[in-house]
Amino acid sequence: MAEFVMPQLGADMSVGKLIAWRKKPGDTVTRGDIIADVETDKADIEVEVFTGGVIVKFLVQPGDKVPVGTVLAIIREEGKPVAEVAPSTMPSIAVPRLAEGPAPSKPLVERAEPVRLRISPAAKKLAADLGIDASTVSGTGPAGRILREDIERAAAAKAAQPVLTEVVSDRQARMRQAIASAMARSKREIPHYYLSTTIDMSRVMQWLADENLKRSIENRVLYAVLLIKAVALALREVPELNSTWLDGRATPHSDINVGVAISLRGGGLVAPCLHNTDRQSIDDLMKNFLDLVKRARAGTLRSSELSDATITVTSLGEQGVETVFGIIYPPQVALVGFGKVVERPWSAEGQVVSRPTMIATLSGDHRVTDGHRGGLFIAAVDRLLQELGEL
Amino acid sequence: MTKDQIEAIVLRTLRSIAPEADLSQIKPDVALRDQLDVDSMDFLNFMIGLHKELNVEIPEADYPQLATLNGCVAYLKRLEDKAERVGGNS
Repeated sequence: MAEFVMPQLGADMSVGKLIAWRKKPGDTVTRGDIIADVETDKADIEVEVFTGGVIVKFLVQPGDKVPVGTVLAIIREEGKPVAEVAPSTMPSIAVPRLAEGPAPSKPLVERAEPVRLRISPAAKKLAADLGIDASTVSGTGPAGRILREDIERAAAAKAAQPVLTEVVSDRQARMRQAIASAMARSKREIPHYYLSTTIDMSRVMQWLADENLKRSIENRVLYAVLLIKAVALALREVPELNSTWLDGRATPHSDINVGVAISLRGGGLVAPCLHNTDRQSIDDLMKNFLDLVKRARAGTLRSSELSDATITVTSLGEQGVETVFGIIYPPQVALVGFGKVVERPWSAEGQVVSRPTMIATLSGDHRVTDGHRGGLFIAAVDRLLQELGEL
Repeated sequence: MTKDQIEAIVLRTLRSIAPEADLSQIKPDVALRDQLDVDSMDFLNFMIGLHKELNVEIPEADYPQLATLNGCVAYLKRLEDKAERVGGNS
């Protein structure tokens, strides 16, 4: 028997609202099937299932807002007997702490507890009196139990931010809050180090111009795709950067899934990933990048796209930015920033010439890597962009 | 096709790229990128949209000529007229 839980789609997500089920009890699902639509502060997400089997039961109904880790459905894995899903062994709702601490590596599930929040009766009554949603409050009591004092603090914080709370139902405001939460956590917990290098882009720009001349409009390539591919291949050379920081240690990943910061029209951003970035051809990467941006802006991203990245690429050159000093998106361990392509004096073969150049930066988590390995990584990005044949 | 008809197609295509924008406020001689906050991905989608609407191939080197609304209309009108001349001579 497997539990399908409310996934944590990024460090800035603590609760999710089930919008709709895409399947029904009795349906057979395979890994990767979209089973539900979930609303987060940032977007509506198509949530995939990671265990194949038969859906036994739904525990949460559309419209319910539940903490990350809450069991939403029970799935009987293929080959497992029906008896395993007897009511006595039904799992309970997970009750993760909604504190701003490190994200859990996997949803916390309190098997011995009934399906409810850990909250004292006094705190529960006070929350109701003050209009506080207890599921969004961090508990400071034993095992994350929400105490009366926690509710009082939440109420005081709410009162101190009247403007923000008045528009909390607005997606933009909630997105801003979510980003603020994740970035504040990053700055508080991650010891960033920063490296930069200036990359000669003349070969890249010439290759792109020649290549796009041969292509129809629909098959043209954006240079951002070459940058993303170079980052993915450089991760093979410095695999420590292909990790996440969870439970106080670095967890290496075998697949390379590069996240891409995508600004949303009207404000805010999301950073979904392109799965298996290193193994995709430039053409496939371009096609999938177009699709990803389109879906990010339409609000139809998939859960795995928001949870599988180990590194994010952000390119702000089109906004005129020369150098990006990025903040790592936890639990990722690095962020690569690309600036504007600018003509600069460049020394080549004993002469100073004018070349299109771009400043690339790496923000690294010093708990996972040091400047030496980070330097090798950013040098690899540079080298790969000069040796376009490897991309 | 008249200039007005081409402009209507350009605006319709832009609407799919920047649905939140008030296109009636667009200044015809100011860069679309500056007015609509479009990036290279948006601009490529804009070009793909024009390609589908008008069945025209726009070389990447010509993109600067389509930077403004008036630039788009003038460029596409030239392509249209050229295509008609070629068609008329055949």
